[in-house]
Amino acid sequence: MAVRRLAPPELQPKSFAFTAENRAWSEKEIAKYPPGRQASAIIPLLWKAQEQCGGWLPEAAIRAVADQLGLAHIRALEVATFYTMFNLAPVGRTYVQLCGTTPCVLRGAEDLKAVCRRRIGDEQHITPDGQFSWIEVECLGACVNAPMVQINKDYYEDLTAESFEKILDEFAAGRTPTPGPQIDRQLSAPVGGPTTLKLFERT
Amino acid sequence: MSKLIVDGKEIDVPTEYTLLQACEAAGAEIPRFCFHERLSIAGNCRMCLVELVGSPKPVASCAWGVRDCRPGPKGEPPEVKTRSPMVKKAREGVMEFLLINHPLDCPICDQGGECDLQDQSMAYGVDASRYRENKRAVEDKYIGVLVKTVMNRCIHCTRCIRFSTEVAGVPELGAIGRGEDMEITTYLEHAMTSELQGNVVDLCPVGALTSKPYAFAARPWELGKTESVDVMDAVGSSIRVDFRGREVMRVLPRTNDAVNEEWISDKTRHVVDGLKIQRLDQPYLRERGHLRPASWSEAFQAIAARVRVTRPERTGAVVGDLAAVEEIFALKELMDRLGVKNIDARQDGSALDPAWGRATYLFNPTIAGIEQADALLIVGSNPRREAAVLNARIRKRWRMGGFPIAVIGERADLTYSYEHLGAGPETLADVAAGRHAFADTLKAAKAPLILVGAGALARPDGAAVASLAAQAAQALGAVKDGWNGFAILHAAASRVGALDVGFVPGAGARTAAEMAHGGVLELAFLLGADEAEVAKGAFVVYIGTHGDRGANRADVILPGAAYTEKSGLYVNTEGRVQIAERAGFPPGQAREDWAILRALSDILGHKLPFDSLIELRAALFKAHPHLQRIDEITPGDPADIARLAARGGAPDRAPFRPAVDDFYLTNPIARASVVMHQCSALAKGAHALTAAE
Repeated sequence: MAVRRLAPPELQPKSFAFTAENRAWSEKEIAKYPPGRQASAIIPLLWKAQEQCGGWLPEAAIRAVADQLGLAHIRALEVATFYTMFNLAPVGRTYVQLCGTTPCVLRGAEDLKAVCRRRIGDEQHITPDGQFSWIEVECLGACVNAPMVQINKDYYEDLTAESFEKILDEFAAGRTPTPGPQIDRQLSAPVGGPTTLKLFERT
Repeated sequence: MSKLIVDGKEIDVPTEYTLLQACEAAGAEIPRFCFHERLSIAGNCRMCLVELVGSPKPVASCAWGVRDCRPGPKGEPPEVKTRSPMVKKAREGVMEFLLINHPLDCPICDQGGECDLQDQSMAYGVDASRYRENKRAVEDKYIGVLVKTVMNRCIHCTRCIRFSTEVAGVPELGAIGRGEDMEITTYLEHAMTSELQGNVVDLCPVGALTSKPYAFAARPWELGKTESVDVMDAVGSSIRVDFRGREVMRVLPRTNDAVNEEWISDKTRHVVDGLKIQRLDQPYLRERGHLRPASWSEAFQAIAARVRVTRPERTGAVVGDLAAVEEIFALKELMDRLGVKNIDARQDGSALDPAWGRATYLFNPTIAGIEQADALLIVGSNPRREAAVLNARIRKRWRMGGFPIAVIGERADLTYSYEHLGAGPETLADVAAGRHAFADTLKAAKAPLILVGAGALARPDGAAVASLAAQAAQALGAVKDGWNGFAILHAAASRVGALDVGFVPGAGARTAAEMAHGGVLELAFLLGADEAEVAKGAFVVYIGTHGDRGANRADVILPGAAYTEKSGLYVNTEGRVQIAERAGFPPGQAREDWAILRALSDILGHKLPFDSLIELRAALFKAHPHLQRIDEITPGDPADIARLAARGGAPDRAPFRPAVDDFYLTNPIARASVVMHQCSALAKGAHALTAAE
């Protein structure tokens, strides 16, 4: 992990306001908490704000969420800088979070990283067309399907350099490939079909 | 109560105690960084680890309750060890981790010599470092003109964050990032706005937050230390004045649970540079419109010449906000001997009169008593600006819950929520008459507190407002057996003492406000009165410390001693008599004010009967015996409040104004201080000239 800072001022929009739809959603979210505990809604609201801003959290959005919840601005900034799922600088439309923790590395995450470097560039660099950016993250909890990446909200698992390139090609062409394991495998069931509970299947 | 064995010694402590408190009760010393008695428990520094027999790991004693300890297998009390090998090893380990990222810059660190980390690593750490990797580097943050940051040194105890959120009530500090990248900052490095922010410097156990005005000025071991009291407001906070040679280097708080707990306001702490600037260090005489340096005898002769030709009815004396009781008493004695009745210490025009009785001008419930109150009505006051430390006490009570607060007067951010009832006396009349919903709240309370600000009384209808407030206190049950909730919050340190010695106009004589009118006075004595208007044409004798408004207006200037340069009694707003001790000597030819008055009296042919401060105090105590009970309060008679209520009067409809507009510039010392002017400019919204250094 590195020190996480807000994006430089030239990238920051002047203001932020939820769209009418998101506003209504946020009010419903706040209402889930008992009176006086509205601050608890901060993570869903920041998450929604990030979604609305195209995958990152501008300073104005952090401030707006804090104001909506009646919090000191610093309290919202603490949360936004604590959780790495909040991006403090702009990201590409196709945002690749590449798992670089031990199981994925043992299963070939370094190859995927090389693909990212070649096709997209350095970590957190956005391609000139704004399509791609990538970042190495800690374990995403899908070790059984290692190596894997998260692209926007979906997991793409059991990758090889080739299948990963194909997925990026699809995104570049404006399509969304099917998430999940990219080999012949049902979710995280054993590769090549079940190895246990076969009797149960027959009866 | 719950039994516990600490280091083999059995003790009985309340069940709600933490292990740390229990260990301290047993006499064991527990090192700590994040834990602080007056803040919430964080439990993140791990320095207070102790061994709890039966627990596989050492436990953080600050965050472990006595009631959470299990008894031994045979039902014996839980056993805690604070000196076992496990504890020693745990402390050494914690200390080693804390020091991993802590720079070895003690020789250039302002905390050096009074640093918890230094002391505790000597006491509990190991002698050498095993760490060979790079240390973490953190950018320094700009958080205002008073607090300097060196963030490499931060050990993430979060005391500063908890203080600003809980005690100061201005949640501006926070921790961004996480883990080793955690950094303490304000939102986008805005300056802090709390008037108690200087306290984070005292709270910081390391040198991450240090005093900016005091940066690199002195080392703690070269400073002399004098225990004194503060005169910046009427709270009379307990302070320690640190000086080197004759220069006051800094002011720190002393713990005094009855008054300031262990906080002081920024004005108290950082006004010290004002003690060196604009000082009057020799007498001056005005000749042909210009002030020229003069000798003491020239100055005295000029005054004597004036006194001889001026009738007593055309002479007056006004006492300012910083005067000690001794000099007020000496001036009163001198004026009595000259036959002068136009004397007044209420230069703001306050209506309070000692003739009404002492209970009518004291903060009767006492400052510590705020915590016993269960409802509060604030009338014409902004306690945050008039008495920041007292406001922290109100906030402390409010945080305990069940403390409805209402304000009549200016709407302002007081750091706690309140109901705003109205702006002027008519609302107070409504509440007193029970025509307001909040009146029922006060009536239902066991110990309602009615806080009346100095601003509500310093107006032409002040007497009527005081009576109205007393009526409200009577009607709403604020004055009863065992509880006197009628509280006057003064803004001037000298005021209660001056009222106690009766420095108010005699029968038919002029008040300070009347003396201000042109043509009333021919000769005026100002004892540090810089906020008072003085009538044009009058010959003004100014005894004071700073070249402020009073001195600019003066015809003769007699240089006096500031509060750190004399031993003096001050009576705070509660009526608590406190003694300020001398930390240094006044500059140049300046003298202690009582001695100036004593010398002047000789020249004027009315020699005052005391030759030393001891004799003066003896005379003072003879006339006003309650003043000799230092650090004690002689309570007023609650019946006075009933009599005040009966006085009646018709207040006008003007809205209340708080007594203090600019918190940072209320007196001549503060107005001379560069730091206070910077704070004032920041508070007014001007951008700081320096960003992060």
